Parts: sequence; structure tokens; C-alpha cells
Amino acid sequence: MSRLPAPDSEGLHARYPDVFDRPVSARLAMPLMILGAFVIFVFGLVHLGFSPARMLSGLHQLGWITLMMIPPDPDSSLPLYLKALGETLSIALLGTTIAAVFALPVSLLAAKNIVPSNIFRFPVRRFLDTIRGVDTLIWALVWINVVGLGPFAGVLAIAVSDFGAFGKLFSEAIEAADNKQVEGIRAAGGNSWHEIRFGLMPQVLPVIAGQVLYFIESNTRSATIIGIVGAGGIGLQLAEQIRVLEWQKVSFLILIILVAVAAIDWISSKLRFAIIGRRAVA
Amino acid sequence: MTIAVTILPDQQLTALNETYRKAVARKRLRFALSAAVLFAAVAVASVGAEVNLRTLFTYFGNFVSYFDRIFTLENGSRVWTDIGEWFWGFRKWSLLLGETMLISYVGTLFGAILAFALNFFAAENTSPAPWLRFIVKRFMEFCRTVPGIVFALIFVIAFGLGPMAGVLAIAIHSTGALGKQYSEIVENIDMKPVEGVRSTGASWLACMRFAVLPQVAAGFAGYSLLRFEINVREASVMGFVGAGGIGQELIVAVRKFYYSDVSAILLMIVVTVFVIDIGTGWIRGRLFGEERSA
Repeated sequence: MSRLPAPDSEGLHARYPDVFDRPVSARLAMPLMILGAFVIFVFGLVHLGFSPARMLSGLHQLGWITLMMIPPDPDSSLPLYLKALGETLSIALLGTTIAAVFALPVSLLAAKNIVPSNIFRFPVRRFLDTIRGVDTLIWALVWINVVGLGPFAGVLAIAVSDFGAFGKLFSEAIEAADNKQVEGIRAAGGNSWHEIRFGLMPQVLPVIAGQVLYFIESNTRSATIIGIVGAGGIGLQLAEQIRVLEWQKVSFLILIILVAVAAIDWISSKLRFAIIGRRAVA
Repeated sequence: MTIAVTILPDQQLTALNETYRKAVARKRLRFALSAAVLFAAVAVASVGAEVNLRTLFTYFGNFVSYFDRIFTLENGSRVWTDIGEWFWGFRKWSLLLGETMLISYVGTLFGAILAFALNFFAAENTSPAPWLRFIVKRFMEFCRTVPGIVFALIFVIAFGLGPMAGVLAIAIHSTGALGKQYSEIVENIDMKPVEGVRSTGASWLACMRFAVLPQVAAGFAGYSLLRFEINVREASVMGFVGAGGIGQELIVAVRKFYYSDVSAILLMIVVTVFVIDIGTGWIRGRLFGEERSA
């Protein structure tokens, strides 16, 4: 049996000085960062009122709640819940569609290859950022003040908060488009509207359609929660049933939300593939 | 200079034109059909969501004037004429914002630790057994599909009002989301180092530690930072259901029509989110920059 030669540590040291003799700062950086992160973590635990006793009693409660959730049972409210689910899906679809329709023209203004001037683009971008910085739930609260309680407020909340997200995503898609086709249109004598319509849109629309479909799916999730502040849909029922501790109904509601999200997920990924082919979804 | 354009004989041209027209007609038909389906769906949805354009038009003025009102102080002057009055609760709100960030930090870290422990079981190339992979994947799916605020609602009842419920809700949601992203990174690694380590007789744990972890650490850190940023937004509304942070203050201000407070708190939230956005973006850039140079 052959034996491996003993490693030549002297030679290795000489050949790779940076591996063996790293400066103290580089050696200490990682442990210090971990220590810092850990200290903040512990401070957070203490400050936010974590204690083993609270944790244990909470877990005990949670165990009871879980036991009481089985089996899921809608009792006699099944039609009501299905109607609420339909409302939620409507909110998601409508909100996303409105947002996409309004975001398309604005995203053109925020794209570098359409509006080269920084001075015009900057305010549009910041405006979109500000809209995105505010959570959907907060928009829902604002719209409830305007149009009253109900699913319509939810539609508007999702439309506004998605408007910000779409504006950014669409403008990125437009900036990523190939400029050669636009130049081709210009060379054939098209004006700038023709450039956008025939040079840009055919490239950008499939990407945009994919993103919109993806958002419909994620908005189904958002639409379930805006009900918690009173903007209609299944979240309203869910929050109510949690407050009155009807755990079997709660688990049933969670279950149908999961099923609905999975179904929308499946449909939208099928549609996405149909639109943009088997390419990776950008 | 003249350019000769070859024009095909008529016969050939008609045939080609015919094919072209057919192709375009088919495309147009498909487009029209999809548009019709979309319109039908939207129409059904607008009935379902009780859309009422008249309400919208009647009250749209309210929406505009709402922004007018939230930028007006109680004495009727604009908010920016008296910053001290506008941000009268600056100290309290800053502390609550700090609490919000702490909630999101602790929650993200909890979630990241759990996701880290679970993801190696969920990745196709490192999972020790298919049934284990199936269970872990379903568990993570459940964690990220149920919205965080629903967990918060339930945890508020189990653990009592306060930030603890918010932290746990964020932790659970992050476990699901990060677990998926982590396991996708792990699935994309180069398997040669793993084979190398295994050939020395190393255990599964040692394989993960010495062959997988060095390849994925930077990616993990990047996704965790992104998640932290998302969680700050999430934590800012956890207070709506009594799970701590600035949300409590905000919902009270909205519900009780303390208009200038609403704008002040919103502004502070938006600025905080911006700063964290930029900060984590900078750290991510440095992390991946280092990775590239190494």
C-alpha cells in the first residue's frame, strides 16, 4: 500500500501566505460580526418580552388551539365562506388589472430608453418608490376612509400598492428590451409612437403579462389579509372567527385559502408558460 | 445610388401574402379571444367585489382631500410650517419604529436559523431521504402560504398581546420563504466538492459543513438581508392586530382621524423603509462583490 507523502507545510506556508497569515482585522471580522448580530438578537429577545415561561405557556395554548382546530368544519356558514372566497379572488383580479392598466403608461415615463432626461425620470421613480413603501394594509385603511367598508376599498388598495410595484417592474422590463428593433422602426420612418408600439411593445408585453399573472397569484394572498382591517373578502371572516375563537371554522377558512392559492398558482403558471413559452420567467 | 429590390413573381407573392394573412388573422383571433375572456372575468369580478363607480366618483374627492387633510395641522396651517407640532410624538414614534425593526430583525434571524436547519433536507441533491424531503417541503409551503398577519392574529391569542406574537409570526413566515430560497441555492451548487468530501469518509453533516456551506453562505446572507427588508414592511403593520411595533399607533391615528399624525407616522415608516432598502442593498453589493473577487 502506498502512503501519501506528508504534506509539506513549510512550502505551503510559503506559497499561500494570504491563507495562513491573514491580517488580524480579516480574521476578527467574521466572529465580531456574528457576535454583534448575536448581541442585538439577545437584546431584542429581552426587550420584546420573551421569556421561557411565556414561551411555554404560549406553546401550551397553541397546542390546545391546534387540537381544537381538528377537524376543520364550516358548520352552516359554507355558502357565506364560498361567497367571501369569490370576493377575495375578484379583489385580486380586479386590483391587479387596474394597477397594470394604469402602470403601463407611467412605466414608460420611468424607463431610461424612453425618457433619457434624468430630471423627468427622477420624480416619477421616487413617486413609485413612495407608493411601494406603504404597505397594502395601510392603503386599505386609507381607502376605507374614502369609499367605506367593503371589498371595493380592497380593490383600490391592491390597485394602488401594485401600481407602485408594476411601475418599477415594467420600466425595468422596458429598459431591458433590445434597442435594435426600435432603431429598425425609426430607420423605416416610424415616429416615436410607432417605435413604442411596434419596436418595444412586442418585446415587452410577454414579460409584462408574466409579471401580471405572477402578481395575481401573490395578490390572492394579499387580498386574504386586507379583510382583516375591513376591506372585504375572506380575511374579514377569518379575523372574525379568530376573535370569537371558533377554531374549527378558522382551520376550515385557512384550508380553503390554501386550496385557492394553490389553484390560482397552478392556473397562472400554466398561462405564463402559454404566453412566454418554456423560457425562464423573468 | 439605386438599390435593386427583387420582387417575386405575382403567383408566388399571392401565396406568401395568403399565408401571412392567415398567420396574422390567427394571432389576432387568439388575442381577441383572450381579451374577451379577460373582460368577462373582470366583469364577473367587478360584480363580485361590489365595484361601484358612482361611489368612486362621488367620493374620489375624499381621497384627494384625505391627503390634503393629513397634511394639515389642527390649527389649519400646513404641516411643514410647524415641524415641531407635526412630529410632536417623534420620540415615542422613533422608539416604536425601533421596536418594529427589532421585531423584524429577531423574527428574520429566527426564521433564518430554522430555514437553515431545514433547507438541506428540502434540497433535492442533499436530502437524505425522499419522504423527509416531501414532509419538509410541504411544511415550508404551509408556512409561507398562510399570510404572516393571520399567524399574528392567532399568536396574539396564544401568547398574549405584544411584540412576541409579531416576532413569531414573522419567524414562521420567514422560515417558509427563506427555506424555499435557500434550498434552491443548494440545488444549484457544484456537487464535486461534496463528492470529494464524501470520498474521505465524511458523514452527511460534515459534507454539508465543508462542501455545501462554503458555496452557499453568501447567497444565504443575501436572501436573508432581502427578507429582513421585506419583514420591516410586514412588521410595520403587525401592530394592526396588536402584535407590537408602530402599526398600533398608526391604526389608532387613522381610526380616530388624527390626520397630521397619520402623515407623520407614514412619512417616518417610508423613510425607514428607504434607508433599510439602501442599507441592505449596499451590504448585499459588498457581500457579492467580495465573493466575486475571491
